[in-house]
Amino acid sequence: MFKFILKRSLEAIPTLLVLITITFFMMRFAPGSPFSSERSLPPEVLANIEAKYGLDKPVHEQYFSYLGGLLQGDLGPSFKYKDYTVNELVAQALPVSAKIGLFAFAFTVVMGVSVGTIAALKQNTWIDYSIMSTAMAGVVMPSFVLAPTLVYIFSIQLKWLPAGGWNGGQLRFIILPMLGMSLLYVASFARIMRGSMIEVMNSNFIRTAKAKGLPFRHIVLKHALRPAMLPVVSYMGPAFVGIITGSVVIETIFGLPGLGRLFVNGALNRDYSLVLGLTILIGSFTILFNAIVDIVYAFIDPKIRY
Amino acid sequence: MLDRKLNSETMDALAEQLEVEGRSLWQDARMRFFRNRAAMASLAILTVITLLVLFGGYISQYAFDQTDWSAMHSGPSIASGHYFGTDSLGRDMYVRTLLGGRVSLGVGVAGAFVAVLLGTLYGATSGFLGGTVDRVMMRLLEILYGIPFMFFVILLVTFFGRNIVLVFIAIGAVSWLDMARIVRGQTLSLKNKEFIEAAEVCGVSKGRIITRHIIPNVLGIVVVYATLLVPQMILTESFLSFLGLGVQEPSTSWGALLQDGSQTMEIAIWQLLFPAAFMVTTLFCFNYVGDGLRDALDPKDR
Repeated sequence: MFKFILKRSLEAIPTLLVLITITFFMMRFAPGSPFSSERSLPPEVLANIEAKYGLDKPVHEQYFSYLGGLLQGDLGPSFKYKDYTVNELVAQALPVSAKIGLFAFAFTVVMGVSVGTIAALKQNTWIDYSIMSTAMAGVVMPSFVLAPTLVYIFSIQLKWLPAGGWNGGQLRFIILPMLGMSLLYVASFARIMRGSMIEVMNSNFIRTAKAKGLPFRHIVLKHALRPAMLPVVSYMGPAFVGIITGSVVIETIFGLPGLGRLFVNGALNRDYSLVLGLTILIGSFTILFNAIVDIVYAFIDPKIRY
Repeated sequence: MLDRKLNSETMDALAEQLEVEGRSLWQDARMRFFRNRAAMASLAILTVITLLVLFGGYISQYAFDQTDWSAMHSGPSIASGHYFGTDSLGRDMYVRTLLGGRVSLGVGVAGAFVAVLLGTLYGATSGFLGGTVDRVMMRLLEILYGIPFMFFVILLVTFFGRNIVLVFIAIGAVSWLDMARIVRGQTLSLKNKEFIEAAEVCGVSKGRIITRHIIPNVLGIVVVYATLLVPQMILTESFLSFLGLGVQEPSTSWGALLQDGSQTMEIAIWQLLFPAAFMVTTLFCFNYVGDGLRDALDPKDR
């Protein structure tokens, strides 16, 4: 088992390196300098600025010094927010995104699994049909349609919840963004969970458990849930990526000061170093999370033993 | 003698009948697709939407960037000619929704095309050459899988400017991964067929075998997945446009319209409603058609 964990962790390194290399060189070969604007700077000033950010050195030297910085956890200075480093900007935004993201992810998994299980246990009844048709609608409804709709219903018409803002992360302000981010994946999880639960409930060991006269609750919770969770666990990786990606839109809609919004603002301002740093940061999270999911999967699945 | 002749005639007739009854894979698939009501209805709706998007603009008296100063934020009405109302600048929503559809569908189809082209070539090459080349190419694919691709697209757009052509090339360039895997799998099963061997014996070059023999034979599957790719592309483009990183004013797309609409929904819900309805319907239909095609071509499901 330890060997597998080590191997899986080492596999993440080349992925990370490719990500960093591609994004770094793309930035360096992009047309125009990050400092070219409508008001052209005198060449001496431009040369000074470039020297300050180390842009006058040969590309490979810049690459290695950037890599060295990354190893020490330094994402470099921001090109547009002159007085900030990327690290400082991230330090402000990360807690916001992390809070919403964790809420959204936990909600997705818990809701998806329970709704999918209910649909599976009530297979082919009206409960199943209504859950599954809602899920189908949820799968095709993009977050940037869903979120405004939620705002329209719950903030404008019913006036139950605020339409946006962060306000120190009060629960009232988190609910709508969390729903907007997670409903799509609740639907996907529910569909997957229903399918695997139906399959597990028809298998032999469940029949044995029923024959032994175990209470139904016990059968579902102790025996069926764990094997039925396997496909759900393997879908957690893509869902995590989806939720992180969705956060870009959701944070823009609700005006939350998180990473996604920082990323979009960086992209709109053409703040190269900020966008580069954030891509690498989010990419590392993704790669790390995928590795964790694989390891967890190996723990849960009795068929995988190393 | 006569008997035997009669006999052979009946045999011929029977043989002919058998031939009529024997259906090819494609006929079979077509029949099953036509019997799938959800898919057929979706196809019909998609056709209507496409026609409307292409030619519906001629019905209206307004141009997509024309400002009607007398009717800003006005609701849908037949009398004024603003069938879907107007936006905050008094531009006709009907015409803009259709223009947005043209852009979104165009980007969707073009992006899917780029993805299909890259994915098919990559997958076919990898599968056909096999060995070390295959292993390296698949390893690279796995690495690319690990990268959160939406951020990558935004990165591309940041560095190379907000150009709609570039946007769809970027989207297509990062979403060919699934296609490459599927095509590779198909290629592996095709590779050992007699006609490929025959081509090899005849001295046809590897590149030619891939383009002339492998690719035409995987085309069926490719078309199915392309249908499922189009809605993904539309979604991605809308995502970017929603963030202001896609199409630029005065042109528009469904994503950009949704962005505008979501900001004015308190006073003018129709600005959100019509583009949203068009987009969600289109996505729904593409998914159903794609699923229908996949079910129809799936040999397991006879």
